[in-house]
Amino acid sequence: MDYITINNKNVPITGEEKNLLEVIKKVGIEIPTFCYHSELSVYGACRMCLVEDDKGNLMTACSTKPRPGMKINTHSAKVIKIRKTIIELLLANYHQDCTTCGKSGHCKLQSLANSLGVDKIRFKPRKEYEELDRSSLAIVRNPNKCILCGDCVRMCSEVQGIGALGFVHRGPKVSVAPALEKNIADVECVNCGQCVAVCPTGAIIVNDNTQDVWEALNNPEKVVIAQIAPAVRVSIGEEFGVPEGENSLYKSVAALKLMGFDKVFDTAFTADLTVVEETYEFLERLEKGERLPQFTSCCPGWVTYAEKNCPDLLPNLSSCKSPQQMFGSLAKKYYAKELGITPDKLVVVSIMPCTAKKFEAKREEFKTNGEYDVDFVLTTVELARMIKEMGINFNELEPESLDMPFGFFTGAGVIFASSGGVAEAALRLAAEKITGTTFDAIDFYDVRGLKGIKEAAITIGETTVKVAVVSGLGNAQKIIEKVRKNEVQYDLIEVMACPGGCVGGGGQPVPNDMETRKKRAEAIYKIDATMPLKKSQDNPAIVEIYRKWLDQPNSEKAHHALHTNYIHRKRISGMEISDETTENIKKLEVSICVGTNCYLKGSYDLMQKLIALAEEKNMTELLEFKGTFCMENCAHGPSVKIGIDNHKYGVQKDEAEVFFNDVIIPKIKSLNKTTSV
Amino acid sequence: MTTKRIDLTPIKNFFAEHPGLKRNNLIMILQKVQELYGYLPEEVIDFISEEIKVPKAKIYGVATFYSQFRLEPQGKYVINICNGTACHVKGAPSLVDEVEGILGIKSGQTTPDGLFTLETVNCIGACGLAPAVVINDKIYGKVTPEKIAELVNQLKAGEK
Repeated sequence: MDYITINNKNVPITGEEKNLLEVIKKVGIEIPTFCYHSELSVYGACRMCLVEDDKGNLMTACSTKPRPGMKINTHSAKVIKIRKTIIELLLANYHQDCTTCGKSGHCKLQSLANSLGVDKIRFKPRKEYEELDRSSLAIVRNPNKCILCGDCVRMCSEVQGIGALGFVHRGPKVSVAPALEKNIADVECVNCGQCVAVCPTGAIIVNDNTQDVWEALNNPEKVVIAQIAPAVRVSIGEEFGVPEGENSLYKSVAALKLMGFDKVFDTAFTADLTVVEETYEFLERLEKGERLPQFTSCCPGWVTYAEKNCPDLLPNLSSCKSPQQMFGSLAKKYYAKELGITPDKLVVVSIMPCTAKKFEAKREEFKTNGEYDVDFVLTTVELARMIKEMGINFNELEPESLDMPFGFFTGAGVIFASSGGVAEAALRLAAEKITGTTFDAIDFYDVRGLKGIKEAAITIGETTVKVAVVSGLGNAQKIIEKVRKNEVQYDLIEVMACPGGCVGGGGQPVPNDMETRKKRAEAIYKIDATMPLKKSQDNPAIVEIYRKWLDQPNSEKAHHALHTNYIHRKRISGMEISDETTENIKKLEVSICVGTNCYLKGSYDLMQKLIALAEEKNMTELLEFKGTFCMENCAHGPSVKIGIDNHKYGVQKDEAEVFFNDVIIPKIKSLNKTTSV
Repeated sequence: MTTKRIDLTPIKNFFAEHPGLKRNNLIMILQKVQELYGYLPEEVIDFISEEIKVPKAKIYGVATFYSQFRLEPQGKYVINICNGTACHVKGAPSLVDEVEGILGIKSGQTTPDGLFTLETVNCIGACGLAPAVVINDKIYGKVTPEKIAELVNQLKAGEK
């Protein structure tokens, strides 16, 4: 057996170790790192993991292969001095408003500065700060807190296969930004929040909606109800020192009630409903042999990804809304009526492990009577923050039970939290539907586990159903390529944007690494194993909902309330036909978005009004109006682009004249300085 | 300037003529784009990103890392004022001030009418002619503020 010596202690090595860090960990020493994540490629930039060998050479433990006979000192005087200096230098450049930062208490930089005893910074702080990027509904980017570790960049491109963020510029001007330094909401980002999961500082944090929820709770006119997603119950405890994987659902219910929520329900209930709708849809497609493979549609990160990158596969997506949106829809369309209030008096708050859910909730298609079906989305961490704000002693709470009717769920609804859960839940129903017999125990172990791509061929009666389960969008990309090339034949493909599924969502507590995700997933299956009912079709509350409100699975009423459609959101620039006319007068191009969202907000009327105004003012020669398709800022539409790159959002049709006079005319004037307008 | 839409034909032809271009050819491709379009238009970056499967953010990162790449169209006349040591000592900064004053733009910018781009460079290897100025491909030596004003105004007049 080969050995290396770490701090005078002999440690056996197998030769399998990726780097010194792994060996050092075996001795029970945690070396600080910023840019090292076991799931990402080794970058070696932060220099925090420097160690010293017996010859006085310094090396980064993350990028050094262990060699037999090495003598390593992990905390020599030299190493400690360097580590402290690095922290000091990082802090000098850093916007140190730690006490008011959303990451405070969970920030690696903060905790390392503390534990390394950095008590003063010899360098002067920065004088100017850059603006925050608040364009996204899911995340907030604060470039003043970026330490250039590149974790988000590598996560986004290596694991998620998207690459929405990159390093730009050079030398002291380097920063992390989206392409062309656009707002994150205007690029390929799908809001999965995996960048938040790896960011060691406050440079990328979740867009906080706690204030909105407090306001709703304090409004006596409103009835505020909550839905808790399956993955939250096994992770929220981590914020209060409860061991990973303990079921904190019923304590969370107690906390929410204390905070003033009128009713607390479970998203696992609508997950059961999703199973029923989606499986009926699947079996129908399977029978007809059309639109296969069917892709699941409960993950909003994946749905956005598909809309932006795979327009050819949109017909294959299940038309089912996600459990969150099914809940919102039922609450606003039916439950409000039952309470005897109008939908605008009912506030639906979801507690999700997910950042993309914040975007999903604000999709225009998810409205009832002009009100969003889901009003606010809180992540697990945000809920924990509110509980702390309330001064609630979480660990001392007496567990409370969920409210009815949306508080009854089966094991099939709970396993949605983990990659493979949706597929397994669907199979538990499909098996019974296909064979016409009832099974007592149906577990499909092949689709469980944290592997990024899982495959299973399941024979039910005389039918064989081929299933693929992928998590991580990079893996989804691989499967999609194969499907497109007809290299693989699947009937059902479950896609979750985050590696490991929702247990590893961008809104979960940190550390949110694969190790933690594994424990959370195990806990989810443990809950499933102890559930008296494990199949969605056995959920009596679901049966009741169909009887009372929705007739039967895939009925017209069910379609109206529980299904949706998808839009091709890909922006294809350069597809416009070039205009060859050359004139002396310089025409100002005004592009008005007539994508679905902007259209619904009246962009078409706005365009008509602007054209009429141009005619009225005899300015048609100077203007060129164009209808364009989706500027990808749907939440703030109607969107208008003036000239090449001047975007204006939220231009209301009633303000057309003001907009024409105040924005368009000055622009024409500056474009045609000599032309009298 | 008429807001011209970007015609993708030249870059499409280039890719058609050179099948098998991959991500490791990125810098060469960007150089070609600049040769074809004068700068790197966003639409073309989009196109390349799709073709060689490299995220736009990464391409933008490469484009901003190297000072040879431009992300804005250049003016008809590109005025390069040498600010190398010799030219600097001989008064290049006053030339920059003068041109900035006449054109109303800062170094690195292009006039709104698309006629002039002003830039400074670090040594063009003509120290004997300091301070030196290059307008498009023509080199002018021992330039004074008066002389550069005259040159710029002449070009301006020629366009009227």
